[in-house]
Amino acid sequence: MLSTRNSRRSLAAMAGIGLAGLSLSLHAQDDTIKVGVLHSLSGTMAISETTLKDTMLMLIDEQNAKGGLLGKQLEAVVVDPASDWPLFAEKARELIEQEGVVATFGAWTSVSRKSVLPVFEELDSLLFYPVQYEGEESSKNVFYTGAAPNQQAIPAVDYLSNEIGVERWVLAGTDYVYPRTTNKILEAYLKANGVSEEDIMINYTPFGHADWQSIVADIKRFGSEGKKTAVVSTVNGDANVPFYKELGNQGISAEDIPVVAFSVGEEELSGFDTTPLVGHLAAWNYFMSVDAEVNDDFIDSWIEFTGDEDRVTNDPMEAHYIGFNMWVKAVEKAGSTDAAAVQDAIIGVSVPNLSGGYSAMMPNHHITKPVLIGEIQDDGQFEIVWETPGLVAGDAWSDFLDSSKDIISDWRAPLSCGNYNVTTHVCSGQNL
Amino acid sequence: MSLSLHALQRLIRAASLLTMLAAVCSFHTASADVQTGIDELDGLFTRFVEGKGAQRTEALDALAALGRDDTRELLTGILEGDLMLHKETDTIVWATAQGREYAMQSLDRQNDLGSERKRKLSRLKVTNRLRGHLRSLIASLGLRSDDATERLAAIDALMETPEALPDATLQELLGSETDKKVSAALLSLQARKLALSPQPEQRLQALSTLGEDLSNDSRSLVQTLAENDSDEAVKTLAGKIARDQAAKVRLYAKAETVFFGLSLGSVLVLAAIGLAISFGVMGVINMAHGELIMLGAYCTWAMQQLMPNNLGLSLLLSIPVAFLFTGMVGILIERSVIRFLYGRPLETLLATFGISLILQQLVRTFISSQNVPVANPAFMSGVLEVNSVLSLTLNRLYILAFCLIVFALLLILLKRSRFGLEVRAVSQNRSMARAMGVPSSRIDSLTFGLGAGIAGIAGVALSQLTNVGPNLGQAYIVDSFMVVVFGGVGNLWGTLISGMTLGIANKLMEPWAGAILAKILVLVFLIMFIQKRPRGLFPQRGRAVEAH
Repeated sequence: MLSTRNSRRSLAAMAGIGLAGLSLSLHAQDDTIKVGVLHSLSGTMAISETTLKDTMLMLIDEQNAKGGLLGKQLEAVVVDPASDWPLFAEKARELIEQEGVVATFGAWTSVSRKSVLPVFEELDSLLFYPVQYEGEESSKNVFYTGAAPNQQAIPAVDYLSNEIGVERWVLAGTDYVYPRTTNKILEAYLKANGVSEEDIMINYTPFGHADWQSIVADIKRFGSEGKKTAVVSTVNGDANVPFYKELGNQGISAEDIPVVAFSVGEEELSGFDTTPLVGHLAAWNYFMSVDAEVNDDFIDSWIEFTGDEDRVTNDPMEAHYIGFNMWVKAVEKAGSTDAAAVQDAIIGVSVPNLSGGYSAMMPNHHITKPVLIGEIQDDGQFEIVWETPGLVAGDAWSDFLDSSKDIISDWRAPLSCGNYNVTTHVCSGQNL
Repeated sequence: MSLSLHALQRLIRAASLLTMLAAVCSFHTASADVQTGIDELDGLFTRFVEGKGAQRTEALDALAALGRDDTRELLTGILEGDLMLHKETDTIVWATAQGREYAMQSLDRQNDLGSERKRKLSRLKVTNRLRGHLRSLIASLGLRSDDATERLAAIDALMETPEALPDATLQELLGSETDKKVSAALLSLQARKLALSPQPEQRLQALSTLGEDLSNDSRSLVQTLAENDSDEAVKTLAGKIARDQAAKVRLYAKAETVFFGLSLGSVLVLAAIGLAISFGVMGVINMAHGELIMLGAYCTWAMQQLMPNNLGLSLLLSIPVAFLFTGMVGILIERSVIRFLYGRPLETLLATFGISLILQQLVRTFISSQNVPVANPAFMSGVLEVNSVLSLTLNRLYILAFCLIVFALLLILLKRSRFGLEVRAVSQNRSMARAMGVPSSRIDSLTFGLGAGIAGIAGVALSQLTNVGPNLGQAYIVDSFMVVVFGGVGNLWGTLISGMTLGIANKLMEPWAGAILAKILVLVFLIMFIQKRPRGLFPQRGRAVEAH
């Protein structure tokens, strides 16, 4: 019932914004700065992306309450790409060409990002992408505020091997690009650290896989051969519930074989019966349970904004928080919203993150973040059990893959290249 | 990366367990009612909160050694985060969540300290290593507990480091133990101690006990003896036992695969059996079948919302509720749409596909586009442990049994009742049945309603295994048609056999082909089979077939 109310309200809000957009573009074009919000509000991804749309509206409201930007008010232009990847590109074009937005915050899945990438490059506009992803990309027009593999997957593996003494690894994932690339990087990383072939088990399952009996039995057998075993899970969305249930039913507790997941956060847990998940791990750059004054303030204003005591915050929301504040600071620094000026100004900009520290924009358009490991609690929150001692800078091109280990990205002059090969000294076509 | 580290950890753990056990035992022999002052406790907590690494472990050991009556409670409080640090006064308090506030009590639970917002409190930081240490501390405190399960847990905590338990204590525990399971656990702990003994006779004695035990530690212990033992007799015996054990483990692994296959099969049969009636008996291609399953699953959720404190009963009640509700929906669909489309299969297909979309969207609009949480009652979780390598999950066992019961009841209904007779009569020869006074139109809607109701029951079962959401039905519609077509349209036995066959085939292939390829292979096999035998495994024969 709750979300019915929400969706109805957001529909009304969308209609309102649409109307406002129409009338404003006629009368008050120069008085506002337009910011695009490109998140699916319908279709399969709506579950995750609607929250990010609300986050952006909240951040923009707050900025306007502080007096706007460069003396003007900010105006959000919300469009719905409906979880339809080609539609993302069309909507991005609409935002830039027809609405005249100066920066866009949006996209979730890698395929939607790949779909809009050429549009932002062609029209030279800015995109802030807030979700953890597989890396191997660095575009002049995109700022990656989510985690690269070295800011999530690799620290998680380090934690398991150093703190828990894990020696055997199950890499389980859903069969698509993010798990496949992440697992390729992890496998290379593990082997580079002396883990032998027979101590790594890799397993892929289709989207929405529901019958985990034999896979869990395999994992159990694999883990019972004397060495401490852990599962590194890039299993996506829905399939997680039956997976964790089956683990619980077959008597595998988090202490026997811990599962560390990269796609399970507070928002996903709010739809689960969390009993079978308690004690398993997740790696993110932010948890709602982070102990910091700035986080408490953020949660309070989020709850006030949504009017719902039970709403949770999560990692991609923090990424938007950081990305938006970086953009604001860069615009103030450049004194203009012009894409080229902001691209120059934003590198090196540092803003508070929600875990009590600061995050900075690196020359490769990725940001620095702390990496946290949290244990799932029965209330759907995470208890932080470990964090990296300092900040980790996002690495666009993994050092552990043969195809990308010689490649760096640096968007500062004179290099200004997202794909520069340090051995051949060639700046090749941008992205793989 | 960390083999030596791991060994070191084990050593440290064994040593600290040893000191701690000594402390616990000595306090038991002395008087347990010595209440140590609250000041000392505060001091230990300060050491725990402010200390680093080993200091924190020592503080915990000291806390356990205090011998307070509430030692267990305090240790559990640290472990589960019920003890928190009040940041302003820098004191440790018991905190209980009440809405967004926490009610606070002093450490000895004597004084209420009012309530505070969450941001004023922080949990005591516990790393994974400390967590493990806390767990074994708590478990060892249970060695002399009155509760057999706690004693068992305490012994289990010691299995990895049997050397930590002194011989005398073990003998004493063995002498006084009355519970069978706990005794067995103690004996196997003793065998593990013996296996590490320097005398060959003792190791031989240990082997006979270890041979009975198929658990991992015991098997790896036998393996070690078989490979490295200095005594020839021990080495040969251990080698023989290790081979026996390996053969048994392989056999149980096969049994496990068959069980997995049967359980996947039972899910397929449950999902398909309603369709076997509407499609098999009536010849209606019902694309909304999956959505009827989904509605059944939502009935379970609704019942749980109505009676959140009684999960078991709500699940049992959802079975009739789901049957009646989806049955009614089925009758409604038949009366309002399908009735007008008999004999036009393509139009029925399109119409029911439309209905399936409408049903999904109704759920999205009126309930939620997100999945709803359906809890498992306690009796549905857990395992039936045959031995330490073969354990059957209870929820799957129940669903397998449930599937067979539903199948049997349905068979009786169709073969032995007046209604069943009329259903068969109408499906075999409609005009003759009408001539004999069977109200064929009413029988049509009741039959369709029966198929729908059974889909609802399948939904109740599926809600215990998988996600309940608007898309639930789509995952099962293809599988259901596959089972019915493979089994032979219009034959209930065929549906049962084909569901189970497909389940087992899938699970046999999964280990070497992977989950994705196994599904593809099954589908390819099915297509080839249908080419050869278009009417499925058990085709219907006789005039009824020609009439279709």
